[in-house]
Amino acid sequence: MKRTDDVVLQTTSQVTVFIIITFSAFLFLAGHNNPGGGFIGGLMSAAALVLLALSYDLKTVKQALPVNFHYMTATGMLIAIFSGMGSFVFDAPFLSQAYDYFDLPLLGNVELATAMVFDLGVYLAVVGVTMTIILSIGEDR
Amino acid sequence: MSNLTIIPLLIPLTTGALLVFFRNQRIWLRVISLISVFLNVAVSLYLAYQVYHKGIFTLNMGGWAPPYGIVFVADMFAMILVVTTTIIGAACLIYAFATVEEEKERHYFYVFYQFLLVGVIGSFMTGDIFNLFVCFEVMLISSYALIVLGGKKRQLRESLKYLLINIVSSAMFVTSIAYLYGVTGTLNMAHLSVRVAEAGQGGMMTLVAILFLFVFGMKAGLFLFFWLPGSYTVPSPVVTALFGALLTKVGIYAIIRTFTLIFYHDPGITHTFIGILAALTMLLGVIGALAYRDVNRILVYNIVAGVGFIVFGLAIANQSSLEGAIYYLTHDMVAKALLFLLGGIITAAAGTDKLSKMGGMIKEYPLIGWLFLLTTISLVGVPPLSGFIGKLLIVQGGLEGGWYWTTGISLLMSLLVLLSLIRVFLQVFWSDNLHRVKPPQPLKLNAGLVTPVLGLGLLVILIGVCAQWLYPYVSMAAEVLMKPELYIEAVLKE
Amino acid sequence: MEILMSVTTGVLFMIGTYMILSRNLLRIILGTSLLTHGVHLLLLTMSRLKTGVAPIWSEDIGAYVDPLPQALILTSIVINFGVTAFFFVLAYRAYQENKTDDMEQLRGGDDE
Repeated sequence: MKRTDDVVLQTTSQVTVFIIITFSAFLFLAGHNNPGGGFIGGLMSAAALVLLALSYDLKTVKQALPVNFHYMTATGMLIAIFSGMGSFVFDAPFLSQAYDYFDLPLLGNVELATAMVFDLGVYLAVVGVTMTIILSIGEDR
Repeated sequence: MSNLTIIPLLIPLTTGALLVFFRNQRIWLRVISLISVFLNVAVSLYLAYQVYHKGIFTLNMGGWAPPYGIVFVADMFAMILVVTTTIIGAACLIYAFATVEEEKERHYFYVFYQFLLVGVIGSFMTGDIFNLFVCFEVMLISSYALIVLGGKKRQLRESLKYLLINIVSSAMFVTSIAYLYGVTGTLNMAHLSVRVAEAGQGGMMTLVAILFLFVFGMKAGLFLFFWLPGSYTVPSPVVTALFGALLTKVGIYAIIRTFTLIFYHDPGITHTFIGILAALTMLLGVIGALAYRDVNRILVYNIVAGVGFIVFGLAIANQSSLEGAIYYLTHDMVAKALLFLLGGIITAAAGTDKLSKMGGMIKEYPLIGWLFLLTTISLVGVPPLSGFIGKLLIVQGGLEGGWYWTTGISLLMSLLVLLSLIRVFLQVFWSDNLHRVKPPQPLKLNAGLVTPVLGLGLLVILIGVCAQWLYPYVSMAAEVLMKPELYIEAVLKE
Repeated sequence: MEILMSVTTGVLFMIGTYMILSRNLLRIILGTSLLTHGVHLLLLTMSRLKTGVAPIWSEDIGAYVDPLPQALILTSIVINFGVTAFFFVLAYRAYQENKTDDMEQLRGGDDE
């Protein structure tokens, strides 16, 4: 992708990228009992990164975010698989989930579920795959 | 209820994800994949043994009881195929070590290899028809990657068509699932079977059944095999062996499963139709095999002929023909993998795939020659090799069921398969071809090439000789196909 | 409403098929996309369209919609997303290698 040097786009995206990423984090956390979850959150984060890549260029994004997205995908998959592995220890069916309520400082009473770990894996895998696809099309020029 | 059911699926899945991190360390790539495939052979053998003694194993994912959750079912039929798949996966992996270029290895060849196994094993074991679609897609996406790896001109061109055909047939798959869900309101296969039996298989259900037959027939190469010769001849031999041995067989498995478990009420329409398609597939397959003059195409058309024969076993649908179909399916997976690995060695040794430029190779490669002959006569069904019992049982079932014409066609097909393959043998190994083109340097047969073909060759003999010990397993698998109640009871017990 | 959805599905199938049958590779890819969208609409329609709340359990839950088709469609969309992306990359590579995106010229023959 060629560098665009569009000042308006660059200035706006500097702000919006963080809004989008925050919202994607919200979506990711809301996913247990409300619409949202790892997949949608992941896609939205990837969208923020794509916006960055569009307004600057791929090189800048890579410098700002030195992550290997292939490894990110694989890590996500491994996390998702291993979140199910706990069921082998507790003799429950694979991918069974448990949840409980915890009193956390600042946040108060929060419900934490093991499905969250699985969702985190999905999140990472989705961001990784989407970025891999877009980078492999975008880089080639 | 046991987590053991899912382990044959989890091993390749975890390995596939893990291998991404070892992209540049060839040694680790190989060591980890090798350990994983052999571990999986052991686990699936153990699971099959357990299923034999304790009956069907099921696993409700996440503890959601069927028909609401996704269920994985290990019945004997699925387990026989899973064991065969893992063995072929191991053999092809060793062959891949010797033949796959470093460039491809770095482009995640082994990762996609493992995911292909995930898709195949998942398709065999799932008990939910939508999950079957998902496993199909896992398998197909890996196969897209494997078929295009290398990126040669011809490869790219053919994989475009392969991709398009599969996207369209996947869309049809989801359409059929939508109709099925609209009519029955469930997608769990056991529950579907109950619902269809309650409501009766009316015109609408038969229509849905034919739609499914179209979809699976496309994947299996049953009559709709027009895409198969083009795309199966472009990737490297080990990938073709894997595709020929596993991918089409998953389609056959899906046909057998749906038409013995769900749509078995109106055999007058559906099974007759399947029988006609099977007969046509056999005929067109052997005609293709006889028509071409290059090794790859002859072998690819032999896949088509084999598909027709196995599906014919389903069309008859009595105990002995189903036993025969299962037996022949197992044999065909092993023998086709062996055939393609040998074909790969032959074309690599001759430097061409044109029959007219080969000859007299028995002097340099006696082992390969005799193994090729062994595979040929086994595919034709000469006792005591592996093809014999399956063929015998299907022919016996066909005569019992009154399918005289189609049985005749299947016997004719056997003869023509013999003709097509023996012609390859005579030309490549036996003849004194004056036009023979010798490659600059002869191919060195190293352990990576010889071990897998010897192993599979041994298996071809053993499946035939040890039929006595294997028969109870096959018979048990066919019993579940004949009596869907057994499957339903195991899944929906409560 | 069902009639309208069925007609929409039919139109999407029609356009998708038409575009798949064209010679231009890009049109073919868009055609497969439209075809799959048609399939998703069909899946939604087949499970009967009705209004209700999201099927998450609470004390005062009344009419709720069937969650299964939505889960199926989401899965199918994800798969379709991946496959379409792969198809685009493949088409681009094939275009670079073969110097054409005309399917008529990508037929391949007996010359090899």
